Amino acid sequence: MIYTKDISKAYNGTTVLKIDELNIPKGQSFGLVGNNGAGKTTYFSLLLDLIKPTTGSISNGEIIVDQSEDWKPYTSSFIDESFLIGYLTPEEYFYFIGDLRGQNKADIDALTSKFEDFFNGEIIGKKKYLRDLSKGNQKKAGIVAALIGNPEVIILDEPFANLDPTTQIRLKQILKDLAEKQGVTVLISSHDLMHVTDVCERIVVLEKGEIIKDLETNPATLKELEAHFAGNLESVQEEE
Amino acid sequence: MIKHFINLEWKQYFRSSYWQKSLGLNILLVFFALYFIVVFLILGFGLLPILKKVFPDQDPFVVANGFIFFWLMIDLLMRFFLQKLPVMSVKPLLTLPIKRSTVVHYVLGKSALSFFNFLPLFAIIPFSIMLIVNDYSTSTALTWMFTMIIVVLIGNFLNFIIEAFSAELEFSFLPLIIFVGTLYGLDAFGIVSMTSLLGDAFLGIANNPIFILIPIAILALCYSFNFKLLKDKLFLDSSLKSKVTEVKAADLSWTKRFGDIAPFMQLDLKLIWRNKRTKSSVWIMLIGLLYGMFFYPQPMYRDMVWLFPFIGIFVTGIFLINFGQFIPAWDSGYYKMLMSQNIKYEQYLRSKFILMVLSVAIIFVLSIPYVYFGWKILVAHFAAAIYNIGVNSHIMLYGGSFNRKKIDLNQRAAFNYQGTGAVQWIIGLPLMILPMIIFAVLNALFGFETGIIVLIFLGIAGIVFHKKLMRMITQRYLDSKYKMIDAFSQDN
Repeated sequence: MIYTKDISKAYNGTTVLKIDELNIPKGQSFGLVGNNGAGKTTYFSLLLDLIKPTTGSISNGEIIVDQSEDWKPYTSSFIDESFLIGYLTPEEYFYFIGDLRGQNKADIDALTSKFEDFFNGEIIGKKKYLRDLSKGNQKKAGIVAALIGNPEVIILDEPFANLDPTTQIRLKQILKDLAEKQGVTVLISSHDLMHVTDVCERIVVLEKGEIIKDLETNPATLKELEAHFAGNLESVQEEE
Repeated sequence: MIKHFINLEWKQYFRSSYWQKSLGLNILLVFFALYFIVVFLILGFGLLPILKKVFPDQDPFVVANGFIFFWLMIDLLMRFFLQKLPVMSVKPLLTLPIKRSTVVHYVLGKSALSFFNFLPLFAIIPFSIMLIVNDYSTSTALTWMFTMIIVVLIGNFLNFIIEAFSAELEFSFLPLIIFVGTLYGLDAFGIVSMTSLLGDAFLGIANNPIFILIPIAILALCYSFNFKLLKDKLFLDSSLKSKVTEVKAADLSWTKRFGDIAPFMQLDLKLIWRNKRTKSSVWIMLIGLLYGMFFYPQPMYRDMVWLFPFIGIFVTGIFLINFGQFIPAWDSGYYKMLMSQNIKYEQYLRSKFILMVLSVAIIFVLSIPYVYFGWKILVAHFAAAIYNIGVNSHIMLYGGSFNRKKIDLNQRAAFNYQGTGAVQWIIGLPLMILPMIIFAVLNALFGFETGIIVLIFLGIAGIVFHKKLMRMITQRYLDSKYKMIDAFSQDN
């Protein structure tokens, strides 16, 4: 579904991302982990054509993202709060996104009613602007907005950050269902190794912009990841 | 501490992406500043001899003091629309070991260094020199000069007090209009003669320097009041707490008739109505409608036919200029999202275009009563409206693709009262002056009708080529997409 070839991104000569080849098949739940500055958000931004690659290209369903916009109808994303429109209520925001993705109000209402649990009664019908919601509730609204219009590819940057424990568990279930039952390709990034191993079938570790591990998730994966990141720590300490 | 603040300001200013992009605009601003300095210098040196000629039997110094009231009123009005309280992003400073009072003193002190306070000096000092040259006593001249400088500073701080109260209100011009209107009314209807009262006060101070303590006391009062206002605002919760307003959703289903751009139209209308800053451009539109009243009632202007299209462009295009020049920065907060959504750029831009066209049409209809002052005015306004729709709207959209400055609509910064400044008006000038020149030349050479027809023709040409122009503009936006996303995701 998503094929990355020879992509690199450099700012003023410093390479922040360099991936020779990465193929994400349809229906896979794909997790990206790495420390700060490893290039996770850069990769997602390239995938959404928000920044221009220095070399190489990414194709999304056979379409090269920086040459055509035809990937947009089946791709949705939530990167950060700047994806929200502060002066709308959550409902209005959902309807607006729905309009852009060819969904009518009834479709949206049907979809959001499925997430009543997830919203915990704090989003719908509160007559509040998005800008007045707490960070966690903003995130919930943004994530659900990314599910509007039956997308085939969903990209979520740090979906678990800022969420309360109950919501984190619910979100994990939602993401699993998407990939397993509906065949949606889900791409997430996270700093929480446990959540990623719970949700994703495949985990890629980025470090300084390069892929250094590409794992099929199995019961030992969490241990391996923890050992890897702890190992980083030890090697740094040794250098000092 | 002050040293650190200045350092921060310096970096904020020169490291913003805005500075690098708008060098030309900065040069233009400097040019305007120089122009005003020269005008004020001429005024300062020339006023005394002129008054002597016009009022030969009166003491020109007394006459000049009589004008101070009007000067103060105009000064306040200008400041209100053009001067901003120097905004410093204070939030990060609040948790640092800096006294709140230091921050406030710094902000207020910085405001005293504004160009608006230096400009009058270019008239006040030469005028004082002229007083001494014309055999007024040196102590009188000097005392007068210092009094004026203090009054300028009073104006500075009074303005921020007015702005602080305006910020709370829906109709933000109201306090100022009431304040100035009341004072002017008292004077005009002879209830309290403010002109002679103020004039006498100045004369009194000039003759008895000890009275200078009174304006100094007023200045101190204004300053401490400002200090108190700002210090109260300088708590995080006063900006975070922010009253959560209940949403009143209006029915916007009528936009459906615009077809595929309806979602954007609805979004734009909500944008305008739900944010303080955009809402003020609606109020400016209504005030702009009255702009013609400055000119048309006076017989002197009624013969200056060449001026009509200028006023027409201003009146019918004020919303277009105000709103249009920040396209697409209004959407900068969520620009990334729009760019990753399934939207057509052309629809997005067309929605803004329709909005501007609607505003021009509505204001033109509202301005029809000006026909009372002559049919030529109506015709000129009509031509100006067509020109606005056909030419200026496209220019605004095209210019928008050069926009690199983020507008943070959600911002509740403690000092962000208006967020618009002098720059905004200067950008609008060429849009108004160009058609005026075209018309004035044709009017002088071939007569009124030719001038009007050419303006209308230009407008219609723009409308006819609308599709083509939009395609070109859309391409411009596509070309600068990455740059805009990058600039809009930066703060400041």
